[in-house]
Amino acid sequence: MSEADLIVLDQVNKRYGDHHVLRDISLSVRQGEVVVVIGPSGAGKSTLCRAINRLETIDSGTISLDGTPLPAEGRALARLRAEVGMVFQSFNLFAHKTVLDNVVLGQVHVLKRPKAEAERKARELLDRVGIGGQAAKFPAQLSGGQQQRVAIARALAMDPKAILFDEPTSALDPEMVNEVLDVMTALAREGMTMVVVTHEMGFARRAADRVVFMADGEIVEQNTPGAFFGSPDSERAQSFLAKILTH
Amino acid sequence: MDALLIERETILAAFWMTIRLTAVSALGSLVLGTLLTAMRVAPLASLRAAASCYVSVARNTPLTLVLLFTGLGVGANLGVELSDDLATNNFWLACIGLTAYTSAFVCEALRSGLNTVPVGQAEAARSLGLGFVKTLGLITLPQAFRAVVAPLGSILIALTKNTTIALVVGVSEASVRMREMIETYGDQVIEIFLGFAAGFLLLCLPMGLLFGWLSRRMAVAR
Repeated sequence: MSEADLIVLDQVNKRYGDHHVLRDISLSVRQGEVVVVIGPSGAGKSTLCRAINRLETIDSGTISLDGTPLPAEGRALARLRAEVGMVFQSFNLFAHKTVLDNVVLGQVHVLKRPKAEAERKARELLDRVGIGGQAAKFPAQLSGGQQQRVAIARALAMDPKAILFDEPTSALDPEMVNEVLDVMTALAREGMTMVVVTHEMGFARRAADRVVFMADGEIVEQNTPGAFFGSPDSERAQSFLAKILTH
Repeated sequence: MDALLIERETILAAFWMTIRLTAVSALGSLVLGTLLTAMRVAPLASLRAAASCYVSVARNTPLTLVLLFTGLGVGANLGVELSDDLATNNFWLACIGLTAYTSAFVCEALRSGLNTVPVGQAEAARSLGLGFVKTLGLITLPQAFRAVVAPLGSILIALTKNTTIALVVGVSEASVRMREMIETYGDQVIEIFLGFAAGFLLLCLPMGLLFGWLSRRMAVAR
């Protein structure tokens, strides 16, 4: 653990009844680092991602953000959540609000920015993710790829210290995956700290600083993308890669 | 038909009282019902228990008993006076009783509306740093309201008809006027019945149409 560690998980455990979803997970993410978490379904990747801003509680261990342990509930937790963006598999844009309002809402109600300033920033971010022209529409009027880009803009509007991506392209039609990955790759280049749970190996190779391979609730191995995809150490990772890279 | 024509002024006045009872109680039920819903999903177990207990009691007590309790119990026995004028006092007591009863139904409708809002909406709100109250007030409740416009319309129609029970607190609304008229015009009972029934139909039918239209218009596209 060093000064630059932004997200630190230490000996984190979580169970659903008999199912041990997270086993002694210890992981540090440096400022500006892009960590891609991959692994088979049910490995605990999403749970790990959601635990970092406490959408899932944990049974033991500690998770700290920028040196502060995650508070259990209340205002302190809300404040910490505001500092970490989250992008969901199912987008979760506020269905009754326009695209613009989706990006404005958090700025006004959490960061207390004046409305005009929040709208300016929202429009700027929507332009940046390529959907400036759709600001007045409602989420249901947009394609999945567009919705997910709005969701990224909504997370960015909070000026987060890090953004968590929970399978951001898994619910998308194939032809829309790249438009979202392009935005994420650009973010990674700009130095955003990111934890990305994904099945997109191309993105992992291209944008990750580090690949974390999880299976059965454990971190099996972690390495640079080159080393991991080139010569994985563990048998578990070898067989996983063999299955997904052969077709 | 004579009686209805001769008495049209008093009949309209009586229906005006029905409308006032309905409007005030509807507003009160909406506010109290929303508050109860918020309590029922609150993080504090004691709030949840209190609201759920209230809803169970209010929903399972006959309205006549609720109104008798506000009239005789709260009004006469406990001596709560809301106005020097007896009629006004009775009006407010009736509104309190109707609100206490109807808000339980509003709460149940809203709660079922909350269940139609995907969990992800609240998760997204929380991940932005919104607390419980703002998540509820800005994100989940507005969507819940839109989902239950039609059932809320049914509750409003039921409330309109339920105002006739305000007679037990001594409020002269439409049904009281009807009884008086039947006593005075004993030869025109059927006409009087039909006339008052038509009056209620005239009040309630547009409500049903309005809420049906609103519910289609306000539905949240997903």
